[in-house]
Amino acid sequence: MLTDKDVLALEKKAVQIRTLTINEIANLGAGHIGGAMSVVDLLTILYHKWLNVDPKDPKKEDRDRLVVSKGHSGPAVYATLADKGYFPVEWLDTLNQGGTNLPSHCDMNKTPGVDFTTGSLGQGSSAAVGIALGNRLKKVDAYTYLVLGDGESQEGQVWEAAMTGAHFKLGKLIAFTDCNKQQLDSYTAEIMDLGELDKKWDSFGWHVQRIDGHDFKALDAAIEKAQAETEKPSMIVLDTIKSKGYFPGEGQQANHSMAISKEQAADAIKRLEGQVK
Amino acid sequence: MAKNFKDYDHMRDAFVDAVTDLADKDERIVMLDADLSVCINSGCFQEKYPDRFFNVGISEADMVGVASGLSSTGLIPFAHTFACFASRRAFDQFFLSANYAKQNVKLVGSDPGITSQMNGGTHMPFEDIGLMKMVPGLVIFEPSDSVSCYKLTQKAAEHQGSTYMRVRRKGTTVLYSDDQEFELGKGNVLNDGDDITIIAAGMVMVTAALDAAEMLKKEGISAAVIDMHTIKPLDEELVLKYAKKTNAIVTCEDAQRANGLGSSVSDYLSENRPTLVRRMGINDEFGEVGTLDYLQKRFKMTAEDVVINVKETLALKNK
Ligand SMILES: Cc1ncc(C[n+]2csc(CCOP(=O)(O)OP(=O)(O)O)c2C)c(N)n1
Repeated sequence: MLTDKDVLALEKKAVQIRTLTINEIANLGAGHIGGAMSVVDLLTILYHKWLNVDPKDPKKEDRDRLVVSKGHSGPAVYATLADKGYFPVEWLDTLNQGGTNLPSHCDMNKTPGVDFTTGSLGQGSSAAVGIALGNRLKKVDAYTYLVLGDGESQEGQVWEAAMTGAHFKLGKLIAFTDCNKQQLDSYTAEIMDLGELDKKWDSFGWHVQRIDGHDFKALDAAIEKAQAETEKPSMIVLDTIKSKGYFPGEGQQANHSMAISKEQAADAIKRLEGQVK
Repeated sequence: MAKNFKDYDHMRDAFVDAVTDLADKDERIVMLDADLSVCINSGCFQEKYPDRFFNVGISEADMVGVASGLSSTGLIPFAHTFACFASRRAFDQFFLSANYAKQNVKLVGSDPGITSQMNGGTHMPFEDIGLMKMVPGLVIFEPSDSVSCYKLTQKAAEHQGSTYMRVRRKGTTVLYSDDQEFELGKGNVLNDGDDITIIAAGMVMVTAALDAAEMLKKEGISAAVIDMHTIKPLDEELVLKYAKKTNAIVTCEDAQRANGLGSSVSDYLSENRPTLVRRMGINDEFGEVGTLDYLQKRFKMTAEDVVINVKETLALKNK
């Protein structure tokens, strides 16, 4: 269980990662801020508590792997990896620029620490199933983590992978849905209602939990429980806020991709820092 | 009502406006999207015809299947997503439910080729033309400006059978006069010339071809420029005419060289009138992230690159 001190440390880390993410996008002038900001707390606790990884040896065979299937969250992943020491923080200034190692969508062949290439929504789900299957076959004792978007869960492939994961009893596969209730065009309930996601995953044979995705204690406890479940793959539905921590985007309908000036970034970061004592 | 094509800031607006105007006159016209309605700016259609607009969420294969079903009830569906997903993600549904089943689905792929810029390699469709060319009987359009986009959208609706159209999302230009006529399968000669013929498709490459022709003119080289807005069926008659007239051809496309517009031109000519054909396009590579300017240089698609290819081809022709 996390102590209050642990929580504070994670909160501070999350502010640092959010700051890097906002600046990274503001440096370019625009980008996928909404879905990047909503997964930062998850990325923070994964990289600073749960993942067995080594930034100096990003490809070590027995590492835990993370597939960020909503690949447009790349900027948050890059900020987390840079902060963790996978590559110089200065790389963040090259986001999306010609010749960069940090393209808008996650790329395992370009960015140290990225375990799978994504960008076409839905595809990461099957890839994660394959990784978990491969590790089991090769007797590599590691967890496979998967991050899906709620809008992304409209893709049929997600549910095909759900069946495959349950059928092969992938107890070491732990998935999250960044359920921020929004997609690109608008709110998921308006565009294509997903109904009760937790019940859907449950009916597909997964071990399911639903928690506040910005609550570190809840995140920690849920991951622990998911690891304790060894027969079924796990889905942890995270209730999150799109654009969390980039205030001009929070509660806005058009916060999927936003133009961000350096001044707006500085303002937002000031408010963000004020939140952690 | 006469259109002012210069008012469109983006090619997508010409497209959506054309569909809306068609819908005003024909209640069979419906529109579908897969969570990229904001990107193509089809909100105005949805506002005007809420019952005739279906956003199916992030499920492209589903969208094309649903469009095929709508078609079988007699409706005329225009279905949009990014060109990468329209082709790669929904190809089987488009192939079978829409085309093999002889339905009437107007599939529209936006951000073709390098114009997907900041979305990067995962979103950069270089292969959609090649894939779509393999679908028997399918009509493929690629407009080069706002006028052609508007009018080819009309042609797509008139055509009985499925079509695929590449539409640039952001940015546009006006190359044609308002009253320019377009005919399905008939290329337009934008610039006549005697020494060589440049056959291009899409805004990036038609614009580059026109600029190149200007540059070549200053050096005393007379290059014809053809906008081959219908990639399939190919305007064989026009290709033959200009092969005979100039004896050398350079093709330009924002797509793979393999099985693209250039391939169609050279396939046809090699069987009917062997002619030197240089095919410009992507040379068996994946896309990558960057600005349009960066990508045009990176993949050798600038007007200067067209000039180089024209000169090399002329050197071969005169050997
Ligand atoms: C197959 C596919 N279709 C469409 C897109 C374009 N796209 C990128 S992000 C997005 C919305 C994603 O919504 P969601 O999964 O809820 O992510 P979040 O809200 O967390 O950003 C869309 C439609 C894509 N990348 N892949």
